[in-house]
Amino acid sequence: MTEWQTDVSDGVAVIVCPARVSMAVAASFRDAIAAAVAQAPKVVVDLGPTAFIDSSGLGALVSGLKTCRQAGGDLRIAGAGEQVRTVLRLTNLDRILRPQDTVEDARRDW
Amino acid sequence: MKQLAIRILVLLTLTSGTLYVGWRWLFSVNWVNWWIAVPLVLAETYSLVDSYLFGLTMWRRKERGEAPPPPEGATVDVLITTYNEPVEMVAATAEASERIVHPHTTWILDDGDRPEMRAAAERLGVGYLTRGDEWQDMPRHAKAGNLNSALFRTEGEFLLILDADQVPDPLILDRTLGWFRDPEVALVQTPQWFSNVTDSDPLGSQAPLFYGPIQQGKDGWNAAFFCGSNALLRRDALMQLGIVAYVREVERAVRDTLRASRRVLDKAVARARKDTPELVPSIGLVLEAVHVAQRRLDEGVPVSEVTFEFQQTVQEASRSVVSDDLAAIRADLADLELLTGESLDLLPVDVDAELGVPVVDDAALDQLARRDLSPLAAVDSVRRLMTAVDVDRADEAQPMMPLATVSVTEDMATCMRLHANGWKSVYHHEVLAHGLAPEDLRTMLQQRLRWAQGTLQVLLRENPLGQRGLSAGQRLMYFATMWSYLSGFAAVIYLAAPVVYLCLGILPVNAYGLTFLAYFIPYVVLNQLLFAVIGYGVKTWRGHQYSLALFPLWIRACVTAAANVWFGRPLGFVVTPKTRQARQPFPWRLIWPQLTAMAILVLACVVGGLRLWAGTTTSVIGTGVNWLWVAYDLLVLSVIIEAARFRVPEFPDQVEERAA
Repeated sequence: MTEWQTDVSDGVAVIVCPARVSMAVAASFRDAIAAAVAQAPKVVVDLGPTAFIDSSGLGALVSGLKTCRQAGGDLRIAGAGEQVRTVLRLTNLDRILRPQDTVEDARRDW
Repeated sequence: MKQLAIRILVLLTLTSGTLYVGWRWLFSVNWVNWWIAVPLVLAETYSLVDSYLFGLTMWRRKERGEAPPPPEGATVDVLITTYNEPVEMVAATAEASERIVHPHTTWILDDGDRPEMRAAAERLGVGYLTRGDEWQDMPRHAKAGNLNSALFRTEGEFLLILDADQVPDPLILDRTLGWFRDPEVALVQTPQWFSNVTDSDPLGSQAPLFYGPIQQGKDGWNAAFFCGSNALLRRDALMQLGIVAYVREVERAVRDTLRASRRVLDKAVARARKDTPELVPSIGLVLEAVHVAQRRLDEGVPVSEVTFEFQQTVQEASRSVVSDDLAAIRADLADLELLTGESLDLLPVDVDAELGVPVVDDAALDQLARRDLSPLAAVDSVRRLMTAVDVDRADEAQPMMPLATVSVTEDMATCMRLHANGWKSVYHHEVLAHGLAPEDLRTMLQQRLRWAQGTLQVLLRENPLGQRGLSAGQRLMYFATMWSYLSGFAAVIYLAAPVVYLCLGILPVNAYGLTFLAYFIPYVVLNQLLFAVIGYGVKTWRGHQYSLALFPLWIRACVTAAANVWFGRPLGFVVTPKTRQARQPFPWRLIWPQLTAMAILVLACVVGGLRLWAGTTTSVIGTGVNWLWVAYDLLVLSVIIEAARFRVPEFPDQVEERAA
């Protein structure tokens, strides 16, 4: 069971991802986003430590975006590395979610 | 060796066919009687195209043999889909699934949400899934929706999809998983075989030509089809498909809505200029936001950012519109009430019941634009429009639909998207699951209709010939299957032409002389020979009979699918019952078109004979050719009578088992 570290400050929840965001953790990832939204509907997903993400991981991001928007908030992603950016490009998901360089960039103007 | 023989025969058949049809067009169309002559030569051309597509399929027939051993540590979910099938039947499938040797988890996906099914799952110790609350009042997408929902609640790397009646062999995973060692393989399809079918198979349930040479041929072009059951899928490929489709649909819906909003706002500005000039700047602000959003999308700014900014601007603008003067507000309230009274009906953005994606309805949009809305109402409707298509796809229970929901048979559309995204598919020619075929004519006809409609929907919505990402061979392999479903129209002509000749003496062909036979005979003989070699040891005659004998059904499928895709008419979706329907008398109403055709054919032969005897006609060859033609038609059509009279032999234990 992966631990999802969530820090809430100034009405923004930051979820720090593990090294692998894959099928095995997709369900707990979705739960983590839901829990974060309950505290603050503006969520930043920090992909800094993540070296590998698969389509199920991306799927969790998409459903997380839905959860946030429904709660009147938003979801942004930050710190994506090379592999993550490649997958985002491959699936065109970067047409929906713009990868921000750092968590600070992501929280700007919120 | 056999493959070489097939290729030679394909070449000979196509050459002789091209010569024959070429001769027909150039030298033997009886233009005087064009009303029958032209349809006939068109029908013959249709058949020749069919031969070409079939020849192409056979050209690269791939016999794979054994799969390598399964990848180490592969995790598998077995997903058994059910809606209303008897609990005992599903339980039997689940029990068999538990006996599969390779490690896996069994799940029953019960779209019927039945307590007794849940209890059976618990008793067997297998997983049980129903749709979550989020699907309440949402487009459900039948089986595709059921599987999509389950995809987010299970986590195996590979999925084995089984219909409720498909009892798997214990070795099904060990025999097939190995193909996934190639990381680009997304699908392994195995044959569908039915255990409740007699040797003569009067309902034509087995499809040995399809689950054999045809799938092997498609496999050679990397286009083996997904057929909805008895297939393994790579989860990652499906999820990727879901994301790609999600991005595409969202972006399209947002663009459509922005265009729609622009029209609504232009109109509102015009009205405000007249009535409430002080509001023009506020609406102008929203209009400007629409322009900005469109421009930013074109610049490649992510959709979520564009819509987020847009929503914020609109919110501010509507606040400033509201805070203006009181008299205007009163007018607004009246308009708003009108709007909310009709609520969503008025929104030109709706969710297509079958596609499940937001679509902009032009007619409704025109209506909205004509409504002459007050500024506040206009801004409010724009705001609601955007919410309807926002990135979260609020209208869908799940933001992603990995399995295509574009057609009532999800399999082909999904498979085409997999191929278009660069994935490979495999046809594994070994029966590893045994299912139950329909046992009466009505059920069988419903099933065929559903398949045909689904295939034609895909053709009309996502024509494979124009799909980016597919190779030329793949495009043609998809097209070949769709093309074959148009055969109903050709069949009517093939039935009508001899009747016209025998009764009226009207020749659609210039001469039924020796020239005709010289062109026609080689084509027909070679064609039959090709089938005999390809289908050696396989019963292909039933399938051949049904492709002609079900002509009313194929035509109906074409008409309803076109009406659905072009005019939004409902198809009347039916779940194929897996159990025998109540005992019925001879089903006249199901097959009256075929019976009528047969009666007319017989009558025509008699009339033809009388005309020859009376000397009204002199061509013995002409009458003879048409007699033979009619005899062949009758032989083919006779299958429908056999099917209508067919009753499954009743075994007491079987009745008990199925009746529950």
